[in-house]
Amino acid sequence: MNPTDRLLLPATLAAMLGALYLIFVAVPSDAYQGPVQRIFYVHMAMWLNTFTAFAIVGVASLLYLWRREARWDHFGRAAAELGLLFCSLGLATGSIWAKPIWGTWWTWDPRLTLTLVLWMIYAAYLLLRTLATEPQQGATLAAILGVSGVVDLYLINRAVYWWRGIHPAVIVTREGSSGLNDPLMRVTLIVCMLAFFLLFCWLMRLRLRAARLQDSVDTLRGALAPAAP
Amino acid sequence: MLAILWKDLLIELRTKETFVSLLLLGLLILVVLTFAFDPTSPLRAAAAPGALWVALIFAGTLAMNRSLLREREHDCLDGLLLAPLDRGTIFLAKTAANFLFMVAAQVVLLPLFVLFFNLPMVATIATQTPALLLGLLGFAAIGTLFAAVSLRTRAREVMLPLLMLPLAAPLFIAGIQASTQLLAGQPFAAVAHWLRLMGAFDVVFLVVGWLAFEYVVEE
Repeated sequence: MNPTDRLLLPATLAAMLGALYLIFVAVPSDAYQGPVQRIFYVHMAMWLNTFTAFAIVGVASLLYLWRREARWDHFGRAAAELGLLFCSLGLATGSIWAKPIWGTWWTWDPRLTLTLVLWMIYAAYLLLRTLATEPQQGATLAAILGVSGVVDLYLINRAVYWWRGIHPAVIVTREGSSGLNDPLMRVTLIVCMLAFFLLFCWLMRLRLRAARLQDSVDTLRGALAPAAP
Repeated sequence: MLAILWKDLLIELRTKETFVSLLLLGLLILVVLTFAFDPTSPLRAAAAPGALWVALIFAGTLAMNRSLLREREHDCLDGLLLAPLDRGTIFLAKTAANFLFMVAAQVVLLPLFVLFFNLPMVATIATQTPALLLGLLGFAAIGTLFAAVSLRTRAREVMLPLLMLPLAAPLFIAGIQASTQLLAGQPFAAVAHWLRLMGAFDVVFLVVGWLAFEYVVEE
């Protein structure tokens, strides 16, 4: 275990406990939304992780196509898995918040639509990895999808905004604009985002190490295979 | 590039299999969707473009699977790759061929669509054509790229729509929105932003496909 790992785990744990304390004990309830609003701190942290992950997928895919180094592929894959995880959690926490506040689990708000499309692209990315006939090729193909996904992001964004923008029934309520008036609310948000971001980094390192180990196992197996009778 | 395009078109002219299957499938989906949306209700104009696009998407997806599978069946793809050509050129030729097949099918489908939904013939065809052409071009580009990708996987028939449809979401949203508004009698200026979005999508994925095709087909 290198020093970064040794520090990362306790730091994550401490930040996580701090975030829990702030969310459930210290921070005051929102004047209009009541206690439900507390899920927002976690929700926002999920989005930070989701978009970080997807940015990593895009950059790593591009670098993999360019440099052809296995580590970029590991990066892309690990980030896609975590991105999909946090994206799912983000959608779930968002839904839980939306039911009492908006009165519905789901609306075709541009942000929700964009996220759903993103979720599907990265689900396809992981499926492509699983179903590719050769791992090497799967990495290349997935990288192409990763790059296409990022390139497409702007277009999807435009399309979903205009799509609902034309209709009057857009729900424009944003948690952020309702105002985190109490300074403690802002502190809670920052601590919570930090905690989940540390968790993300830690999971990312675990996943990368697992990928490297898997690679060496495969290499060893390849080296041993011809020796078998 | 023209040689590959010509080869694909020649095969098609001799067998007509892509065109006929595209056409029949498109027609079938259109009929099924007509059952779903009441074709005599005054609201039909709102639902009709959706039906047209869905028929197009499903039929087109299957046709594009075919187009690269055919190269694969007799190892023709290897022959193509051996030709002293830029791989991007192969992509562009295949895209052009797929685009032309879909346009050909669309030429027959569109009047039928107008008849089924009892819409004004000349006006509908005149207004829908630009949106459909832009949509089909982008669809051909992204479909050709990801058909080549899905060739390399197990369960390839399922993979193509899974890979392509989410990425093509902006194209479909823009296409369906433009079609619906044009059908409702809006002028072209009102949907210019949708048409521009489709144009941008076409350019982006022609370029991405052109650059990425080399990585897809390499062994």
